[in-house]
Amino acid sequence: MCCLIESGKITTDVDSLRSEIRDKSVRVIDVRREDDYKRDHIPTAVNLPLANLLSDDSPDRVLKLVNSMGIDDETSVVVYDDTFGALASRVAWTLEYLGHSDVTLLETTYSKWKSLGLENDSLVPEFQNKDHSIKLQSNILATSEYLENAKSRDDVILLDNRERLNFLEQHIPGAISLPYRTLASGDKILRSKEDMKRLFENRGIVGNSEIITYCGSVGTLSGLAYYALKSVGLPNTKLYVRSFKEWKNLQKPTEKQEDASYWDLSAE
Amino acid sequence: MIISDRKQSSPDSANPKINWARIEEADNFAKTVKLFRQGKYDEESFRRFRLQHGAYGTRMTSDYAMVRIKIPAGEIYPDQIEKISQLSEQYSIGSAHFSTRENIQLHWVILEDVSEIFRGLAEVGLTSREACGNSVRNVMCSPLSGVCPDEKFDATPYALATARFFLRNPMAQNLPRKFKFNFTCCEKHGMVRMVDVGLIPQTREIDGALQRGFKIFLGGGLGNKSYVGNQLEDFTSEEDLLYTSIAVIRIFDRLGDRKNLARNRMRYLVNDMGWDKFQNLVFKERAIVRATQSIITQLEVDHSSTQIRRPIRISDESGNMAIPDGYARWLKTNTVKQIQPDYRSVFLTLEAGDITASQLYALASIIRDFSSEGKARSGFVQNIALRYVHEDDLPRLYSRLLDVGLAKSGALTMTSPIGCSGTTSCNLALTNSHRLAKEIQRKFLELKFDEDDDLSDSSIKISGCPNSCGQHGIATIGFFGGGGRVGKDMYANYQMSLGGRSDGDTMLGQTCLRVPAKRVIPVILKIIETFKEHKKSDDTLKSWIHRVVSGNEDSSVKSINDIKKILEPMIIPPAKEDDPDFYLDYGSDSSYHTKTGKGECAA
Repeated sequence: MCCLIESGKITTDVDSLRSEIRDKSVRVIDVRREDDYKRDHIPTAVNLPLANLLSDDSPDRVLKLVNSMGIDDETSVVVYDDTFGALASRVAWTLEYLGHSDVTLLETTYSKWKSLGLENDSLVPEFQNKDHSIKLQSNILATSEYLENAKSRDDVILLDNRERLNFLEQHIPGAISLPYRTLASGDKILRSKEDMKRLFENRGIVGNSEIITYCGSVGTLSGLAYYALKSVGLPNTKLYVRSFKEWKNLQKPTEKQEDASYWDLSAE
Repeated sequence: MIISDRKQSSPDSANPKINWARIEEADNFAKTVKLFRQGKYDEESFRRFRLQHGAYGTRMTSDYAMVRIKIPAGEIYPDQIEKISQLSEQYSIGSAHFSTRENIQLHWVILEDVSEIFRGLAEVGLTSREACGNSVRNVMCSPLSGVCPDEKFDATPYALATARFFLRNPMAQNLPRKFKFNFTCCEKHGMVRMVDVGLIPQTREIDGALQRGFKIFLGGGLGNKSYVGNQLEDFTSEEDLLYTSIAVIRIFDRLGDRKNLARNRMRYLVNDMGWDKFQNLVFKERAIVRATQSIITQLEVDHSSTQIRRPIRISDESGNMAIPDGYARWLKTNTVKQIQPDYRSVFLTLEAGDITASQLYALASIIRDFSSEGKARSGFVQNIALRYVHEDDLPRLYSRLLDVGLAKSGALTMTSPIGCSGTTSCNLALTNSHRLAKEIQRKFLELKFDEDDDLSDSSIKISGCPNSCGQHGIATIGFFGGGGRVGKDMYANYQMSLGGRSDGDTMLGQTCLRVPAKRVIPVILKIIETFKEHKKSDDTLKSWIHRVVSGNEDSSVKSINDIKKILEPMIIPPAKEDDPDFYLDYGSDSSYHTKTGKGECAA
């Protein structure tokens, strides 16, 4: 597999992953729940349930996890989930934040992988502990403080990746609504580069602006958006990883669409 | 490997015969939005352009649009439904809305995303072009055309041909106002006297040969002021259908009022001129059209028949399936027998036309599995019908619908009220008519009113303002929204009318009294109670109200005024301290005030 810097590769296609697994040149991470993983998974995949990671995602803890999965600075990593890529994105982003550069997302979900009749098993692999370095990439992280300061700058675009009704009800002032569902296409967790580019260009998400993404609480949906932005080569992208939940808890200002009862249009 | 290449579409899927889309319109729209945002396109021209492409404005904001997808003649295919499901999830609110004119609407779409929706629609041959603006709007056809026991022939091919002829036709791009065609199956299923051009199929025998034609009604319509259409002539032959349509559109284009936005629908022209004069003008114009067409112009009517083939089942047919609870009630209130033996048409009960993305997705495969024509029809009352369902398959269909929350009963009864979008998205709305319709439905289904034969042919229709998107004028019990006031406090208040109908005896409802939003349900219940006290043995609510409003009732309640007297004590506003909820509209927790933006119906 090519490295990230060279090609800006964000996803790994199904065929490439299969040959990398055969070549034993990849570490595959399954971020689904343990029970699901135990039933079956992509061969050689190691399980890192997102909830487990989120219980403590401090750099020291993440480093331990990464080492225990047998990942060092040179290991090529592919992450997958069964949740349209959002959970996998959050894990991939965490690795990237730690300083691991060679991490990509499987282009599709595990359900799709299985429905195509591709290999899977229930073997739990064991890996020798590795020794990964820490080079925190603070340029891809936005904190609430950072966001508050950045918001007033003209060259910063803030993206809200929650569903439209949640956005209308309440959002961070100045944010643009880009629901996570918009990013996928058919069975792919991300649209093609050309389609993605057009979508962003229509929305004025272009050029050298700094882009900060957020979602409801833990940075999953906005993690996917983070990778969507990177997939079209937008270089200056940050994830507000604690997202709207923290923003509200800190009682920072919010905005809403007034004078309309849009919730009553929903058939939910 | 490209994954999507491996995905096989169901071999039984029926495919649309007509592609209504033009992909270049998506690019053009995206470009125009950019120019508009850069200030290179003035507001007014942009608005016309936007509406011409089927994107309507949204309440109190210019950042969002509503995209109105046309479903010509109401015919919709499973792949199209799947695509709309996906688009509603990506660009809208995760639900879509069936309108009263066989459109499917996506609300709260970001203006910059509208072109992406066009792109998606083009993949499945659909368009929203000319769904708004001063053009020929979606051409409707009865959801029962082709299966109705009382029809002379199936009008669907004629409706499709008419839609095809006028879509993007230069003669219909800049009319004084919108223009609507409704085709139907028979008198009973109606809706032809409340539209610019309404058509009922009929036949006659000439020299032993059966000739097809239509009864054409002109100049009807619902609105701030409503009119019932006039029949043009005894029989308009199918050869004359297009000439007549062109003639009427030409007259409207030439003589319609382009200045007074409130009076520029064709019905005002007909009314101002007088019917006799207008009728003569149509005959003259039609003669000119006939004589001056250099090439004989005819509608391209596709008479090839739809293949009726009961979908093959892989699962075990013989096993006696347990019939789920509620089946009999659903069968009675949601299905109708077709003229074709052993087949029924099944109407789905939606709440004020709303359906979730996942329900739409499930619906697509249900249509493939159960409709022997492999497609569905959107209806006149914010709903959708599956036709050609074999009677033996009905319990299984019911159980599938149950799984996805689409098996509620009452679709063909008074328990499925119409509610326009109201304050959920419309700039003109004064009240939340949409939610009120849902509240009535929930209450009436709980009371099992759908099973009451006395109520089944009545209707409740609600508009959020005096304009008639909710069609209140033709409802047995109709409402349109406004504001009421006690001192400085306001509350949502509806004008109620009684006795409207849209069948062979079409008439507009008569004004009864104003009913506060939070008293609408008790007032309807009181009307029903009064009816039950005074009804004759074979009366329905509709027939009883018809007698009352026509002055033909002989019991102690014999006029609208008598009904009004009974209801008056119920509508007195309580003190705000005693009942603060009275002063809140449905779906809102802040005090009620009327607030509107600029409407675009007339733009």
